[in-house]
Amino acid sequence: MVHVSMAVNGRQVSAEIDPRTLLVQFLRENLRLTGTHVGCDTSQCGACVVHVGGEAIKSCTMLAASCDGANVTTIEGLARGGKLHPMQQAFQDNHGLQCGFCTPGMIMAAIDLVNREGPKLDEAAIRHGLEGNICRCTGYHNIVKAVVQGAREMAAAATPKAAE
Amino acid sequence: MSATGIGASVKRKEDIRFITGKGHYVDDINRPGQAYANFLRSPHAHATIDKIDTAAALKSKGVVAVFTGDDIAADKVGGLPCGWMIHSKDGSPMKAAAHPALAQGKVRYVGDHVAVVIADTYAQARDAAEKIEVGYTELPAVVDLAKAMSPDEAQIHEAAPNNTIFNWHLGDKAATDAAFASAAHVTKLDIVNNRLIPNAMEPRAAVGEYDSGADALTLYTTSQNPHVARLVLSAFIGLTPENKLRVIAPDVGGGFGSKIFIYAEETVCAWAARKIDRPVKWTAERTESFLADAHGRDHVTHAELALDASGKITGLRAHTIANLGAYMSTFSSFVPTYAYAPLLSGQYDIPNIYAEVDAVYTNTAPVDAYRGAGRPEAAFVIERLVEIAARQTGRDPAEFRRVNFVKSFPHQTPVLMTYDAGDFAAALDKALELADYKGVGARKAASAAKGKLRGVGFSAYIEACGVAPSQVVGALGGGVGLWESAEVRVNPVGTVEVLTGCHSHGQGNETTYAQLVSSRLGIPIENVSVIHGDTDKVQFGMGTYGSRSGAVGMSALSKALDKVEAKAKKVAGHVLEASEGDIEFKDGKFTVKGTDKSVDFSSVALNAYTAHKFNGQELEPGLKEGAFWDPINFTFPAGVHICELEIDPQTGVVTIDRWTAVDDFGKLINPMIVEGQVHGGIAQGVGQALLEGAHYDSYGQLLTASYMDYCMPRADDLPSFKVETVETPCPSNPLGLKGCGEAGAIAAPPAVINALTDALGHEDVRMPATPQVVWRAAQKAVTKRAAE
Repeated sequence: MVHVSMAVNGRQVSAEIDPRTLLVQFLRENLRLTGTHVGCDTSQCGACVVHVGGEAIKSCTMLAASCDGANVTTIEGLARGGKLHPMQQAFQDNHGLQCGFCTPGMIMAAIDLVNREGPKLDEAAIRHGLEGNICRCTGYHNIVKAVVQGAREMAAAATPKAAE
Repeated sequence: MSATGIGASVKRKEDIRFITGKGHYVDDINRPGQAYANFLRSPHAHATIDKIDTAAALKSKGVVAVFTGDDIAADKVGGLPCGWMIHSKDGSPMKAAAHPALAQGKVRYVGDHVAVVIADTYAQARDAAEKIEVGYTELPAVVDLAKAMSPDEAQIHEAAPNNTIFNWHLGDKAATDAAFASAAHVTKLDIVNNRLIPNAMEPRAAVGEYDSGADALTLYTTSQNPHVARLVLSAFIGLTPENKLRVIAPDVGGGFGSKIFIYAEETVCAWAARKIDRPVKWTAERTESFLADAHGRDHVTHAELALDASGKITGLRAHTIANLGAYMSTFSSFVPTYAYAPLLSGQYDIPNIYAEVDAVYTNTAPVDAYRGAGRPEAAFVIERLVEIAARQTGRDPAEFRRVNFVKSFPHQTPVLMTYDAGDFAAALDKALELADYKGVGARKAASAAKGKLRGVGFSAYIEACGVAPSQVVGALGGGVGLWESAEVRVNPVGTVEVLTGCHSHGQGNETTYAQLVSSRLGIPIENVSVIHGDTDKVQFGMGTYGSRSGAVGMSALSKALDKVEAKAKKVAGHVLEASEGDIEFKDGKFTVKGTDKSVDFSSVALNAYTAHKFNGQELEPGLKEGAFWDPINFTFPAGVHICELEIDPQTGVVTIDRWTAVDDFGKLINPMIVEGQVHGGIAQGVGQALLEGAHYDSYGQLLTASYMDYCMPRADDLPSFKVETVETPCPSNPLGLKGCGEAGAIAAPPAVINALTDALGHEDVRMPATPQVVWRAAQKAVTKRAAE
């Protein structure tokens, strides 16, 4: 067993775990944060994407032990004070989800994409940027629309308002 | 139209839990004391099991139990049945062989279930499964469906000589042959409808739980139809009586047909939970999904189309071999028969049709319904034939279709169906305009100037949804009725719960059903909750597949709302001291005709429960009504899709430049949701045409058992889609709905292949048309053009 300690969605957690425990198992089974999903076991589908140190990673291929001391954000940690993150809101506004299973990973990947590439992403850049996340329901059409809106509103939320 | 009523693009009520990570999928469920199951699967496609030694596994750390086929047989747990009887053309019943949940004496495909290990943790179960010693004697595998009926091939089941399940037919052979004998032109086509693996993003999962005090089982399962699962597990498999079995299908992460069926793993989890008196949980790894979820399609077909000199279609005949895999899955026999051949008439007035279908066993995973189920296979046959016939006779493919369209309704086809409504030319006209068909020539020239090949392909598909009048289902061999139920429970404060036997796993029923209730009862949509997926809450229902949640499920809801309104009028009459016949109900208000005396819906609800204003012997207290809706016909969604694409002949890479869809789904409840269904369907159809193919080698090993090997459509494989509708209301149900869930998957493959073959100038291209396939075809096209 190894000891791990990390901040998950702003809460400090620690546990003794089997060294082979994957981050996604730690989140789902130890912390019961079941919003992060497992769709493939081979880091192909992206349903398990979370942020570690502010960057998107596939939590099905990262050991929990290697996240010792890290800051982890999952889908459950995005909404603040009852207010949805702009990317979450954009997915609802644009019908960017159907069965909802890929959605947490898709939203986490989309936020990371905007963080990396800036808010002025065109459709081609979004499609290329999301190729690590598989959705079987939407045909991606509305996911692309959602990310365009989410990117715009993330930028607006980050821009300090003019003096009132 | 109100902001939340019928026809409004209301944002989905269910989204909040999904976008915040608060959904409840089966793998999110954990029961106290649960153990974990891991299935030992056959590594061989075809072998006898000579011995199974479980001693080492039983001693492995954490192991609670190991069970094999002998244990399940000793408990008299029956095999997994196929629920649709098909008779061969000689009148004999289909040769359905036994389908045990755990193999008994023989394995018949890679992934077949040999034993289950149950342990305290999943890792322990997996470790122990590797310690089971199985002695196999390998047998030759039957993999090629076209050769499966040969007497030289190995026999998979004793019950099915020559691996043949049935030789079925539909239509008038003599009349059709006569039409071909007098034809001015005959188009012939040999096609393969490639095998697909459904790949809902949520892998299948189950938790079985036994309550020894009540002697009752609960099964949490990733099911599209929990009531059908309960019926089959109780009445056919014999697990336990229905009143002792609760099946819960909570949030389900996509189905596409693959979660209709009753599988071995779910059955074993429920059975084993009682056996060990502990909850048993199983969640598929993705490779298990590839190996053991029911696959889709897999037809080989020879088809012919007869034309007269004027270009009118006079006949169609087809011979199809359908691969049903190693065992007959729950509805496998229905898919290549009544879900297929009755749609071969397409949107066309074809006086003579004859189809023969041979269904075969092979040493591959079972094949059953996958999005569209039979109808994509039919659309691929007729839409490829029509396109090629137009090209061969020098006619424009759009105009050739228009000439042959069914133009008056109702229309009786020669293959069972009575099309009740449609306007096929309207969809074609709109699609041609939206796709800028007139500009195709210029765009092709522009592509050619860049060294690219551009093509345009049509698909004028029709499907039969809302299956179907139960009497018809029974007459055609179905083992169940296909009605749907709904219950409307009005609470004393005027809020409403709808209970439906349909199941939502992406379709948005929690929103669309609430829209109907909101507009009918004049109450805010927030005041309506939709409950589904639990056999203890919803009395009965047939689930969701075949685009039936709207056409059948909402028809039942509409009928239940009629009853609620009728009862509420009686209550309102007492409250307003007027006769029931003088009460009008509009916009959530009951009014005495010709007066300003009125009472709102919530007050009537309260009065129904306080029962102070009426004699409870003459009028029952309460406001709760249920209804069953049995369809009076199939519904016939139809439309025209146009695919325009460009090929890079240097690399074989295909870029879809434009996709235009004009569909007729009848009335729409929520256009936003309808468009989303179309997008997703097209993506799956494009996946079939360009990317996806399940491939077994000659030994029966599945070579495409991960996302590294099976190419799923990703965001950068697809364009944005232009999706519009035309509307002819369905006359066969109260809301005029036809259904939209499968249309895109049915329409897309022929549109893509017709566009590819248009670009290439020859017809020799198969699905999936991967860059390698397209590159070879493009070289042939370039050589052909150079020679001309």
